[in-house]
This record gives sequence, C-alpha cells and structure tokens, in this order.
Amino acid sequence: MGDFTYTIWIFILPIAAFLITGLFGSKMPAKVSGWIGTASITVALMLALRTAYQYFIQVGFVEGHRPTVFAYKEVWMNFTETLTFDMGILIDPISVMMLVVVTFISFMVHVYSIGYMKGDKGYYRFFAFLSLFSVSMLGLVVATNIFQMYFFWELVGVSSYLLIGFYYDKPSAVAAAKKAFIVTRFADLGFLIGILLLSYHAGTFDFMTLVSEDGPLLAQSAPPVFMGLSIFGVALSLIFIGGAGKSAMFPLHIWLPDAMEGPTPVSALIHAATMVVAGVYLVARLFPAYHGVDGGVVLNLVAWTGAISSLFAAIIAMTQDDIKRVLAFSTMSQIGYMMLSLGVSGMEGHHGLGYMASMFHLFTHAMFKALLFLGAGSVIHAVHSNLMSDMGGLHKHMKITSWTFLIACLAISGIPIFSGFFSKDEILVAAFEHNKVLWAIEYIVAGITAFYMFRIYFGIFWGKRREYHHTPHESPMVMAIPLMILAALTMVVGWAIPFGNYVMPDRMAYHGHIEWSLAIPSVAIGALGIFVAYIFYFKETSLPEKVSSAFGQSYGWAKDKFYFDEIYQFFAHKMMFAGVAAPIAWFDRHVVDGFMNGVGWMTETFSYLLEGWQSGKVRQYGFSFVAGLLVILFAVLYLNGFIDFKG
Amino acid sequence: MIEGITVYDVLAVSTIIFFIGIFGFVTRKNLISLLISTELMLNAVALNFVIFNKFLYPGQIQGYVFSLFLIAVAAAEVALAIAIIISLYRMDNSVDADDMDTLKG
Repeated sequence: MGDFTYTIWIFILPIAAFLITGLFGSKMPAKVSGWIGTASITVALMLALRTAYQYFIQVGFVEGHRPTVFAYKEVWMNFTETLTFDMGILIDPISVMMLVVVTFISFMVHVYSIGYMKGDKGYYRFFAFLSLFSVSMLGLVVATNIFQMYFFWELVGVSSYLLIGFYYDKPSAVAAAKKAFIVTRFADLGFLIGILLLSYHAGTFDFMTLVSEDGPLLAQSAPPVFMGLSIFGVALSLIFIGGAGKSAMFPLHIWLPDAMEGPTPVSALIHAATMVVAGVYLVARLFPAYHGVDGGVVLNLVAWTGAISSLFAAIIAMTQDDIKRVLAFSTMSQIGYMMLSLGVSGMEGHHGLGYMASMFHLFTHAMFKALLFLGAGSVIHAVHSNLMSDMGGLHKHMKITSWTFLIACLAISGIPIFSGFFSKDEILVAAFEHNKVLWAIEYIVAGITAFYMFRIYFGIFWGKRREYHHTPHESPMVMAIPLMILAALTMVVGWAIPFGNYVMPDRMAYHGHIEWSLAIPSVAIGALGIFVAYIFYFKETSLPEKVSSAFGQSYGWAKDKFYFDEIYQFFAHKMMFAGVAAPIAWFDRHVVDGFMNGVGWMTETFSYLLEGWQSGKVRQYGFSFVAGLLVILFAVLYLNGFIDFKG
Repeated sequence: MIEGITVYDVLAVSTIIFFIGIFGFVTRKNLISLLISTELMLNAVALNFVIFNKFLYPGQIQGYVFSLFLIAVAAAEVALAIAIIISLYRMDNSVDADDMDTLKG
C-alpha cells in the first residue's frame, strides 16, 4: 500500500512555523516571519501533492476500491478499556483531496499576504495565525476519529476568531470575532452532545468503525426514541447542527457576513475556501452513516437546509453594497449547494453522484471563491473601500484583477469550460434525479448567482467612471501572480480532472458525462442572469433603482438580511439576558456573594473584639502567660487525680 | 550535706524563689525589676536541677552540668536584655514597662 509516514511533516512544518513566528516574530524583521510561514506551507503543499500522487496514482485501487490508509494512529487518551481517543492521520480519497485544497489555497494566500499585509504592524502575528489555522485545518481533514475532528474543529474556530479580530483596535472587528466564535460555539454544543451520544451508544469514536457496514450504526436498527429518529439519528442530527454552524447554514449563518471584518486574505482562506466547508466535509466523512441510519431521514434535513440556505443567501446577496459581504453570502449560497448535493446522494455507482458532485464543487469552489476574494482584496487595496458605491470603471486601471475576477465570475455562474460549470452541473443532475423541488430551487439560485456576481463585476470594473483621490493602480506582482495561477486553474480543473474516478461514496471509479438536457437550461439561466446584470450595471442607468423600488418593502427586507441579526439580538437580549442571565446575576450578587461577604464580616467583627488583647504591654502579656500556665497546671493535676476539691 | 534537710525543704525554697519571681514580674513596672524577676525564676529552675540530681541520681552529673549551662545562658540573656532596655531608654527616656507599647498590633 505504500508508506505514507512522511505525511506527518505536513503538520510539523506549519506548527514549527507557528511557534517560531509566534514566539520570536517580534524580534526578527517583519519580512522573515512572512518568509518562514510561506516556506513551511510551500513544503507542506509539495508533500500534499506527493501524497495525492502516491494515493491516487501509485496505490490506485485495491480490489476495485480506493483503500483507507492509516499513516499514523496513536492513542492519545484512554477513556475506558474499549473507548480511546486517538490522534492519527487517515488517508482516504476525501482527506487527500482536502489536504491538497487546504495546502494549496493556504499557499496562495500566504504569497498574496506578503504583498497585501506589507507594512502592517501585526505582520508577524498575521503569519503566525495563518500557520496556526493551516495546521488546525489539516488536522481536521485527516482526523481518524470524530473526537480528533472535534479537537481541531475548535482549533480552527479559535484561529478564525483570532484572524477576524486581527484589527483588534477596531470595535466592529472585535464584535465580529466574538459573534463568529459564540455562534459557532453554540452550534458546536450540538456537535459535542452528538459525539457523546454517538460514542456512548456505539462505543467508538473511530470513523471507519462508525461508517462500516457491519459497524454499530448500520448493522442493527435501533428503536426510535425521538420524533421517529433512533438514538443514532438524533446524534447525527446534532452533529449536523455543529456542521451547519461552521458552514454558516441557515439559520446559523449570521456570523459569516460579519466575519468579513478580518483581513481579505483571511476571508479568502478561512471564510471562503477551507474552514466554512468543514461542515460539508463532516457530513461527507460520516456519509454512509447519514445515508444508512433511519433510512436517510437525517440526510433530507441536510438537503433542505442546504437548499434553503442557498436560496436565502442568494436573495440577500443581490441587495448588498459591501463587495465582501456579497461574496460572503455567495459563499453561503454555494455551500448550500454542497450540502444539498450530499443530501440527495445515494451510495452505489450512479446514485453516489451527489456525493461526488458535492466534493467536486467544494474543490472548484475553493479555487474560484479564493480567487474572487483575493481579487476583491486587490480592488480594496487600490480603492481603500469595501463599498461598491465607491468603485466603478476600474477595468482600465487594473487589467489583471479585472480579467481574473471575470474568470471567477464566469466559473461561479456555471458557464462551460470554467470549473464551476462542471461541478454545478453534476449537482443539478443529482438534485433533478432525487427531488424536482430541490432542483427547481437550485436552478433559480443558479440564475440569481450569475446576476449578483456580474452585478459586482460590472459595478466594480465598469459602470460609472469615478473620481478617485489618487489613481488606482494594479497590485504588485506578489499579489497578482496568485490571482493568475488561481484563474488558470479555474479554467482547467473542471474538465481536466475526472473527479468521479477519484472521489465516490463507494470508492469505485465512476465515469460521469455531462447531462446536456439539464446543462443547457442551467447555462441559459446563468447567461440570462449575466445579461440582466449587463443591462442594469454595465452603464450607469436608473434601472436598478426603478426595479428595486418596484419590489417595495421586500427589497428593504432583503437588504437588511431579513432581520436575522435583529431576531437573534431579540432572543439574546430580551429573553436570554433579561429572562435568564439577569436573575442569575442577581442571585450571584446577592445570595452567593452575600454569603461570602457575611463570612468576612463575621470574622472581621469577631477579631475587633479580640484586638484589645494585643496591647503591647509586656506585663499584661506576662500576667496572661502566668495565669494561663497556672490554669493549665491545675487542670492537669485535677484531671490526673492529684488534687481533689471535695477533700 | 546538712542533716535533716530533705528534698521537700529544698524544693519549697526553689518554689518560693520562683513565685517571688513571678510576683515581681507581674507587679513591678521598672524594666530592670522585670529583668531581675526573670533571673529569679531562672535561678529557681537551676536550683531544681541541682536538687534533683543530688537527691535522685547522686552518681551522675548531668543536672550540675545543665545548671552551669543555664548560668551561661542567663548571662548572655542579661546582656541582651540590658542592651534592649538601654536602647528603649534612649528612645523613650523611660524604663517604665507601662510606657512601652510598640508591640501593639
């Protein structure tokens, strides 16, 4: 099967880079910490590519299936004789794919950040956190068991928190970081309870045991305990809540738009390409269990959550003015596609198309969405504003950014040749074969996606020519080159990689083909979206205002993100704070603290009574001493029978 | 050894000396008197060592040796105490124990 032990270096290098730049970064020149971080992730990328080559090409199929290899597996904690918490490296198709995606995007973002973060006072801190994030995400994707995944899951949450709040002197960034952390932590509570339920009833954390056909989940049918779900169904639903929180699925999505307060390369790496797809990865990792337990009821939940999220986010994305927020909602929408695709998938052969499509879309989306964010970062770098209303006519100033952004927009709109077309087409095919309603939702979303992406493309690079304080200029090469590499890959990976050959739920090779009867309509609706955006935004017209005012009140609802922040605020402030936190705080302040203060007050009062005894008069001390001595002497004599007062 | 004197008689003497010391320590105010009183108590104890050695273990000498030690220690202690009293006198211009309350907490 080959030796994969070298994969451990993929982790050791970023950890080392994190420790070196984190501990000594302030003492070395800023550039050096950037170079250390970039060098470590470069080697990690090489090793990840080597792993992919060895796993997919050299090892290939063992008895017709892609094998599972444990490169490392060490017992980390013993809970009971049978239940242990292991740390290890699991090599299988999706983990290898994710290794490549994470290290590659991380590498691109590192290189880009060398230019983007130049001159920032937190330069070394930024690279230390990037390394920390990379290693956490890598640990997550290769987890051999669900507990290890949870461990790294929280670590990526922490690094996301640190990087969103990177500009910690900006109150909005601090608030956004807290919001992201608390919302995902809240979702992770479900994840943790799910893990505990699952491990208690199944007796193992191990992924391979959990999803194996003769494992505890799939072999026997457990009786229903809650709303027709068995205990495993409940556990898997809870775990999915954790995944939905991390992947910003409706209704736990509120943190993602605010997370855009972080530096733009961070948004590209964490909040577009890698961390936010952890929820998708989690469901994919446990896919046989989701598919098998309770006849796949939980999988329907996954599918509908994905569908609602993608439609919801796409509608909001049409109305936002901040380009990073448009991209954030677009990310949420695309992750909705991936979730839906997993939700409609089966296990064997052609039925497993949804699973393959989901992973494929994850793969292509990571590239074109990172490209969009890095392109947006390049624009923000030039214009010093996030708002689309401050931009326009930038095409002639920034040729490279404009062309690469266009490629990414075409990809996300599902135009042929570009990668997004291929993955989105597979998703639509899978949805069409499973449930026409889900397909119809995603079909409409495809059109909306094309519209809002080209809305920002035309809005930024064409539209009205604006007066700028100083002429915007193209970003330096260190930022432009990652854009070009990502753009080139976005054009190539869709048709060049036979993804079904590599990643399928049953791990056999599958040779898909493009379903033109479904692909042509979806290309058509994408093109329609682009055309509408062209009419609205290519030249400055009053059309957008007319249309938005025709929608009246509902346009305002979408622009205010359907008031979800306000609803949460209401629940948190009016109900949790006033109803639960305030009484508890009162109890703490008056009863618990009151008891402690009472103890202190008693001691103090009592000691004032005794204070007079310490007079400082030596003769008084002497008298007390002698008197006490005599009392003790007589007491001892009396108790031992030497003195008898009765006579 | 004088005939007819028993261990009880000598112990009575040492006890009387000891309580004279205590009485003086409690009643006198002058620091020097206090020092003298403590010396009286110390000497009563030293006398006890000698008496018990004499009457209970006539063949041994530990009691005598110990009383010699006591004398040496008492001498050292007096030297210290006098030094303290002198410096207190320099500070307060008084040797009255009731005037001293620097030990007050």
